[in-house]
Amino acid sequence: MMYSHLLFSTIWVPFICGLVFLVLVKDVKTLGARLLGFSGATLPFIFAWILYFNYDSNLANGYNFELILPTGLESLGVYLHLGLNGISLPLFILSATVGLSAIAYALFSNAERLNLYVGLLFIMFSGLMGTFASVDLFFFYFFHEFALIPTFIMIMIWGGVARHAIALEMTIYLTLGALLSLMGLIALYQQSGAEAFNMIALKTALLEQPISDVLQDNIFALFLFGFGILVSLFPFHTWAPKGYGAAPTGAAMLHAGVLKKFGLYGLLQIAIPFLPSGSETWGIWLLLLGLGNILVIGLVTLAQKDLKQMIGYSSVMHMGYAFIGLGTFSILGAGGVLLLLVAHGLSVALLFLLSTCIYKRFSTFNMNEMGGLGQIAPNLSVFFALAILASIGLPGFANFWGEFVIFAALAESESTRWVLYFAALGIIISAVYGLRAVGNIVFGAAKESVVNAKASYGIGDMNQIEKFSATVLLGSLLLIGVYPKVFSDYSNKTLQNLYSDTSISLNGGHVDGLNLEEQKEHE
Amino acid sequence: MNDLYTNFLREISLTNDWLLLLPEIILALFAFALLGVDLFLKSSKKLWQERYIMPVAVLAYVLVLGLFFLFENNFYIENASHFGGLMEQTDANQFMRSFFVVASLFVTLISGQFLSKKQLPKAEYLHLVLLSCAGFMLLVQCSHFISLFVCLELVTVAFYVLVAFQRTKVLSLEAGLKYLTLGGLSSAFLLFGIVLLYGISGNPEMIGFINDGFQFQSLQSFIDLNSDNLIVRLGALFVLAGICFKIGLVPFQIWVPDVYQGAPTPTTSFLAVASKAAGIFLLIQLLQGPFFALDSFLIPILSVLCVLTILFGNISATGQTNIKRLIGLSGISHAGYLLLGIIASYTVSGAIFAILFYLSLYLIGSFLVFASLSYIESKDDSLLEIKDYQGLYKRNPLVGVASLLGIASLAGVPPLGGFIAKVLLFTVAFQAGLYGLLAVAIVGVVISIYYYFSLIRSIILISEDNNVGSIHSITLSTSQRCLLIILIGVISLAGLFPALLNYFVQ
Repeated sequence: MMYSHLLFSTIWVPFICGLVFLVLVKDVKTLGARLLGFSGATLPFIFAWILYFNYDSNLANGYNFELILPTGLESLGVYLHLGLNGISLPLFILSATVGLSAIAYALFSNAERLNLYVGLLFIMFSGLMGTFASVDLFFFYFFHEFALIPTFIMIMIWGGVARHAIALEMTIYLTLGALLSLMGLIALYQQSGAEAFNMIALKTALLEQPISDVLQDNIFALFLFGFGILVSLFPFHTWAPKGYGAAPTGAAMLHAGVLKKFGLYGLLQIAIPFLPSGSETWGIWLLLLGLGNILVIGLVTLAQKDLKQMIGYSSVMHMGYAFIGLGTFSILGAGGVLLLLVAHGLSVALLFLLSTCIYKRFSTFNMNEMGGLGQIAPNLSVFFALAILASIGLPGFANFWGEFVIFAALAESESTRWVLYFAALGIIISAVYGLRAVGNIVFGAAKESVVNAKASYGIGDMNQIEKFSATVLLGSLLLIGVYPKVFSDYSNKTLQNLYSDTSISLNGGHVDGLNLEEQKEHE
Repeated sequence: MNDLYTNFLREISLTNDWLLLLPEIILALFAFALLGVDLFLKSSKKLWQERYIMPVAVLAYVLVLGLFFLFENNFYIENASHFGGLMEQTDANQFMRSFFVVASLFVTLISGQFLSKKQLPKAEYLHLVLLSCAGFMLLVQCSHFISLFVCLELVTVAFYVLVAFQRTKVLSLEAGLKYLTLGGLSSAFLLFGIVLLYGISGNPEMIGFINDGFQFQSLQSFIDLNSDNLIVRLGALFVLAGICFKIGLVPFQIWVPDVYQGAPTPTTSFLAVASKAAGIFLLIQLLQGPFFALDSFLIPILSVLCVLTILFGNISATGQTNIKRLIGLSGISHAGYLLLGIIASYTVSGAIFAILFYLSLYLIGSFLVFASLSYIESKDDSLLEIKDYQGLYKRNPLVGVASLLGIASLAGVPPLGGFIAKVLLFTVAFQAGLYGLLAVAIVGVVISIYYYFSLIRSIILISEDNNVGSIHSITLSTSQRCLLIILIGVISLAGLFPALLNYFVQ
């Protein structure tokens, strides 16, 4: 019971902090405000890890720390039902990590109306924690929107060039995606005849009486395109790079790093296990559109000159791996996707953070005008190079495990092996643009702008807060990279429960699961 | 005939229970008291108008609301017919009674500052608002076409005056004229439909003909037997057309933008909220009551109206820059969503609850928008453009936040009440299996994001070419601040903790 309230407090602590910053705090630069902000960001992080260490993967329905509170919508079966299982736990910790890093960095930034900015980041943070802690589907969606709205406002106020048009485009795309998935959730709930609007009740109801194939196809389509738009699935991706290009650092970190994972989390946790026949029908689209993300967007990324745009496009591209991983419909693939989501969230947040640090030194995002960062700011260069290597998928970083396991899952079955050949090309593409960016920025003669920045403004190497924020993210990447079992054991168990119960094992009934120990030995 | 008449009178005298109508009677008494005091005061008239008239009007509503809360059972006998079948009370129309009191209270509060600023006579305005409030409250309890028509005319005639209240302003007069002509036309439609139904149901050649073709219950028993009859269908169509005019459903929406723009802002808010809610509620009562047997004929027509209304309202609002027209057009689309709920109410029992919930949140969202609209300093409220919202947050944070939340709630943005209401409404539509209409509604919501977004954008932002210093700030009195804070509190609580409103609606 104590732990359930700890789980709940990871949502309301940042929310209260956000309100305090919005209403009461006038000057963020005072010690008190900074202390409050810092503890408000750290507490959920600590709580999340406490919960992690008390997680018990052998519980009957798979959900730990359950907390059920009434909301007044009982007639609809809606409760504030919180809990964590092996799929949501890694993402929950991801959001605590990225939130800590983004807010710590924002507290010391120089944005105008900083109290508003930090307050909105806190609101967004609380929404993110809530999204992954919700068992109830209404609140799952509710908290997602809760985090989404501040993103729009932040882009509108602190965004870069053409922020109005970009914020509008993003709003329309994401609202459409969110509404489609909401319809899918309502449809699933109504058709299943479940007693309550949550994942546990849905699973029980669907096990007793699966819904008809035609309905499954239709509902899955709603999920595929609804969630797909939210994750920037290939033809619906145009909002993402522009949006991230324009968004202020904190918003970009939290959105690209965590919030975007909502859609894939929905597919992983709800759509695929609950709609086996629907996913079979639409499975080929997952593979094809995912390949579109990898290859088409990969080539587009190659052509980018703007650092932030490049990171934005590369994040869209990496989502392609997640989609094809889902398209394998094996537990191995799903486990890989989960690892990739966490890894990508950490690495893309790190890249957005570092790109802002780099911008401060060069006063431009154009990579052709950069160079010689290594001489002026060696630490920053090392961090940046490591972040790029992580996002390419170098062994030792978490991304490697995600991509590797997905490829293994693809290779496992005859029917998906062809995808592997195309998807592997993506590794080359990302190596090309990633290493080229490192080469352009870090090496060569030091450009005038960066020398000037050091001489006249004293902005040389990373300062303490930049180091802190980057280390939190990079450390987590390395931790999972070296020891993926931190998450894989728990998620493996849940995935096995979820996927074998609903008897979804299309590709030769592979239910052995994801045994990373074994994989490692193969290395 | 004479015998029938005396029987009718006897029945009325047995069933008329004036105590049940005490709230309406109190409002009417206050209305005449306001006029009377205004008439007989001489030396202290100015003081009365400046200081006392508003509190007295507010007192009337507060008194009635208090009566509802404390002695609710005295004004309500469940599902019983009164006044010889002229009116019937149900749970739902009891809720609507307090709904209209709250709506009129807000209108009164908004109108105070507006009327003094424009130097318009207060007593007459408040008098008319009080009377039409009583009219609305009676209207929703009607179960007889004669009482329905009389109450509807009471309200409509009051609105003719309220719309054209700024006699010196051309736009207001134009709006008044338009509302008068089209309102008259719609009343004619309604009356014609009523007459057709009365005539055919009293025809002795028809199966199950009845004596009183005005009374809903007997009419229902007649229509049950004759649902295929052409004249019955025609009559029902005319009656519905008359009511659709009041709601502003497409293709009867033509008056909405002009009238909303020209009317004084408090009147616009009254039209947008109370008039629309009354129309929606009447529609439910008729469709669930006398016209229930016509479902196979009416549902396709209503579905077409629903699609047209949602699409027309949203698409035409996208190009609009005048705020009051924009709100009018977006209000049309809200009527479309509500119509979706009405169609669902044929098969799903929870639909009525969803509609009432939506209406309550629509009330609060709209009044947030209208209240802040009337506080924006401007020479002419009819000419307010989106760009006049610019930097509203800077000029007065409270007004900025209030209109921001109001607009966001209308757009259905979580965690505000409007979102919960939309989810509820869409859920019942889903339960009823209205997938096609639901798809249209989703498209409508996405389109609506575009224009609501542009409003939100100009509230938050100040464009680069506009100097911050040149926009003067807005100052509010304590009562205005309280009003906004209460509304903001309700709309956020309704989103975060829907149980609160649940309690009232049920």
